[in-house]
Order: sequence, then C-alpha cells, then structure tokens
Amino acid sequence: MAKADFAVPELKEYAEIPVIQPGSMQHSSPFKSKPEFQEALGFPGELAPDWQKQALAKMGDLLGRYRSLRVYLDSCVKCGACTDKCHYYLGTKDPKNMPVARQDLLRKVYRRYFTLAGRLFPQLVGAENLTEEVLDDWYSYYHQCSQCRRCSVFCPYGIDTAEISMAAREIMDSIGVGQKYCNEIIGKVYKIGNNLGLPGPALQDTLEGLEEDVLDDTGVEVKYPLDQEGAEILLVTPSADFFAEPHVDGLIGYGKVFHEAGVSWTLSTHASEAANFGMFIGSYENMRRVALRIREAAIKLKVKRIVFGECGHAWRVAYSFLNTLVGPWDFLDPRYPVPQHICEFTYSLIQQGKLRFDKSQNDDKVLTYHDSCNVARASRMGDKPGGQFEIPRAIIRATCNHFYDMGEETIRDRTFCCGGGGGLLTDDLMEVRVKGAQPRLEALNNVMKEKGVTHMAAICAICKSQFTKVLPYYGMDMDQIVSVHQLVSNAIILTGQDDDE
Amino acid sequence: MPIEVNGKSLEVDEEGYLANINDWEPGVADVMSKEDDLTLTDEHWDIINYLREYYEEYQIAPAVRVLTKAVGKKFGKDKGNSKYLYGLFPYGPAKQACRYAGLPKPTGCV
Repeated sequence: MAKADFAVPELKEYAEIPVIQPGSMQHSSPFKSKPEFQEALGFPGELAPDWQKQALAKMGDLLGRYRSLRVYLDSCVKCGACTDKCHYYLGTKDPKNMPVARQDLLRKVYRRYFTLAGRLFPQLVGAENLTEEVLDDWYSYYHQCSQCRRCSVFCPYGIDTAEISMAAREIMDSIGVGQKYCNEIIGKVYKIGNNLGLPGPALQDTLEGLEEDVLDDTGVEVKYPLDQEGAEILLVTPSADFFAEPHVDGLIGYGKVFHEAGVSWTLSTHASEAANFGMFIGSYENMRRVALRIREAAIKLKVKRIVFGECGHAWRVAYSFLNTLVGPWDFLDPRYPVPQHICEFTYSLIQQGKLRFDKSQNDDKVLTYHDSCNVARASRMGDKPGGQFEIPRAIIRATCNHFYDMGEETIRDRTFCCGGGGGLLTDDLMEVRVKGAQPRLEALNNVMKEKGVTHMAAICAICKSQFTKVLPYYGMDMDQIVSVHQLVSNAIILTGQDDDE
Repeated sequence: MPIEVNGKSLEVDEEGYLANINDWEPGVADVMSKEDDLTLTDEHWDIINYLREYYEEYQIAPAVRVLTKAVGKKFGKDKGNSKYLYGLFPYGPAKQACRYAGLPKPTGCV
C-alpha cells in the first residue's frame, strides 16, 4: 500500500454522505507558477499592488464575454441539490467543496461589486469584499474542482460549476497568481509541441521501439508513422500515450486498428499533444493557441481526416469547440466527422465486420468501464444520443468476454471523476486526488466484490495516470487500470499474424 | 531550499528536483536517496546511469516502455518490466529515479 501522511477514506458497501468537517482542506493548494511560466502565456509574473482592481476588471470582462457566467452567478437558489454530488466533498468532508459553496466563493465577490443590492447592503445578500483571504480561498478551493460537471447534472438550474471555476482561475492568472502544473505545461506545448516536452527525436525513437515490439509479438509490420506528408489521417493523441503505462498499450492498439483498416495515417511532432490545458485555466486565448497547432499540422501534412486518441478533455475541446476555435475545416474530407474519436473509428470498423478478434486473449480479466467526465458530460460520439456511453462499451464487449458495469448512479452522465482531472494531476495535490477518488473506487470495489471484476478500462490519459497512482492507496493494484484500445490490441487478429500462441 | 552535497549547496525546486541539471554528481543521488530511506545498490545505479545517458541524447527522460525494454536488453529479460523498476524505486521510476539522476520531472498527464 502506498504511504500517505493523511487519512485515506474507507470504501464502504453503500455510499455515505459525510458529516461536514469545516476547513479540513483549507491547507491544500498547488505550487504557484513562476513568473517565467506566467509570462510565456501572456499573464503577469506576480501580484501587483493594485491586484484587487485588476481582478475586478477581469471579472467584469468575463461577465461581459460570457453571458452564462452571469446567469450562473445570479440564478442559484441554494436548494442544496448539488451539495452531496461532488466527489471532492464526499472524499474530503470539507463543506467548501460542496459545489454551491465553491460557487459562492466567486459569487459573494460578484454580488459585492456587480449587483446593486450587494453594493448597498452587502451583509444582507452575502456579498463580501475581495480580500487577500478570499483570494487564498479561491486559490485553494478552485484547485479542488476537477471541472467534471457532475454537480451540474443535478442542479435544477443547470449551473455549471466548471465554468465558474475556469473563470476564477482565469481571473487569478490575470493578476499573476497561476498554478505551476498547468502553466508550465502549456509553456512546453508552445516550445516543444507537447505537455511532456518530448522532442521529435525522442518521439521517433519511442515509435520505432513500438514497431519492433509489435513485430516481435505478432510477426506483422505495423507502422507508427511520424510527420508523414500526404497520409490520410492525422492522429492527435495525448503525449502520455507515448510515455506512460497503460497509455502506450492503447497507442499500440490504435496503430493495429489503422493497419487492419488499410488507411495511411501519421502522428505529428508539431501537434504531438491532444490535451489542451488552456481549457483548465479558463483561458480562451491559450486554448486557441494550443488548438491552432492541430490546424497547422493538418495543413502542413495535407491530411484528409483528423482522429483523436484516448483523452477526455481533449475530446471536449475537439468535439465541442474545435470548429469555432480554429476552423473552418473545409480542406478535410467532408464524408467523415471533423474530428473523429478513435473509438468511433474502431467501432465503425467493428460494425462493418472489418476487424477480427480473439476475445479469449482478454480472458485473464473481468472488465468494468469508467466513463471519463469530459467525454460523458461534455461531448458525444457517433450519430445517436448517448453514443459516448455505448460506443466504448460496445468495443469492450467486442474484445472481451467478461464485462460488468459499476452501479448505475456512478456511471454514464452520473459518472464520478477519477479525482485528478481539470489540472489537478500533480503530486502537490496528492491528498485531494486520493480523497477525491473515493466515490469512484467505492463503486469499483463493490463491483470487484460482487462480480469479480479485476480491471477497469478508460479512455482518458488523466484518468489512467490518476488511477495508476491512487489505486495503491486503497490497497488495489496499479495495473488494474487499462486503456480501451489496449483491450483491442490484445484481442485483434492481424492479417498474416503468427498463430503460434 | 538547497541540498548539501559534498560540501556544496545545490538549488532544488519545490518537489526536490535539481534546479540546474549541470549541478549533478553521483553524491546528489546518495543524498536524495538517504532522505527517502533508500539504500542505492548497483541495480539502482544501472538505472540512474541509463537515464542520464538517454537524457544526454534526447533531452527528455525515456518513456516507461523505452526504459523497461532497455533495462531488459542490458540487464536480463526478468528485469525488463515496471514491477522490477517500482521494486527499486517505489515512487515510480519516472519520478523518483529521474530526480536522483538530476533530470527534470516529467510533466503532463503522467
């Protein structure tokens, strides 16, 4: 079991709504961004003496830009429906992690400076001045929100806490208070092309290694091409797919699927990252700048289609925003969705009977599926409502003999976040990550006991890394988390494959 | 908060990674591992030295699979897997071993 210097929550048979422990996570806040990381993103390096004025100006700017933000700040009636829906509240018991309380941290300042009642009678309407203490609370608690939007599913007004938390982070960045993890990473994308900072030669070396491995395993020459001009498909995938486990097993799977489909494809060094942390920090400008690299790579490589690998928030940016962010995409082949998810790609080949599987290759596992928040609640797949839930499950069923879902109240649009999304996947936030994983792991634990589930599949790089790290805190094994295309990779029968196993 | 290595004071970041990779000397790994209550064996040094060689060539730590494969080739097939590496470096080969080797921390969704 991993060592923890905090109490790891217990996993119970039935979900319990905890008794509140005020201030229990007050101490949690991530490392601050250095001035050099801030400036690379167009933000001031540090707090200026007139920071209050600057922050309120930024809030005013955002209220003018996003009508939704004002509606969310105005419309809460304190009904309490959201209070027990956040995994961070359930795992930490800190009442400021109730979505309504998290929203109120910004709302009370909004009321004080942007509403008549708050300007005249602040105490009567819960309006408060923007003080240093308030800013500290913002920094702490807006980095205990993974922007997963589970609370918004239950809010009768549809208030989206994620958008409030993004706005708060944008305001903080604009006054020089940024988070090291996100901002350093965005800087690396600008400088090198991906979150990890993997330069072209390292990418090439890694991909050649994969080609060798697949050839050794199967006897088939599956290619993992890089910067191949004129390829039909550009694959944009999180850089964790090159680097980490079980991510890389998913990447191997994508390559095998493309190989069997007989289409030419390529990765790009310039756009070697699907993730877009610009969204996490609420910065439209940075989100656009990161996304532009995909457009530039697509044009340069003269591809006809763009396919995204397994990455949760990347798919939100891709599915929901790519067209308005960096479109139009009129140079791509209009017969295919722009962009397409790798799961859609694989699923359609399965539908057409073009892929053959030996499901028994996954018989050492009993699977369940973790719906990643940004895929589940902020996007879609395929041409039917709910495709984002059904398509990944259909792929698992096509490649595995044993599959069971977790409890209904913890999957699909009600899925619990892994606990590490939204820019929180950093070691300095380990306590909130471990505690926030409790609701998801409680559901996993139950299905392990009841159905004998051994592994959980996911289609998000953050989820995969987060579970690898937090499962051991709960006495589970780090390799219980797998990529969906890892299952595909295990089961797929390649044409001409050695059949000696 | 600098660390003391052979009488020299070396700058490290909030997470204990060397601020300047050129400050590295074998003593750095000794000091850091002592703080983690870990005794470095020849097996640990094989990994640390490989990480440094790879970094020298590619300016990045090797991917986990690249590392396990290289270790398997060099030191025997039974050692070419993450289990072996986690056995040596319980906080993860990428993070703990990179820190001892003076490499920057791998960032991103890892």
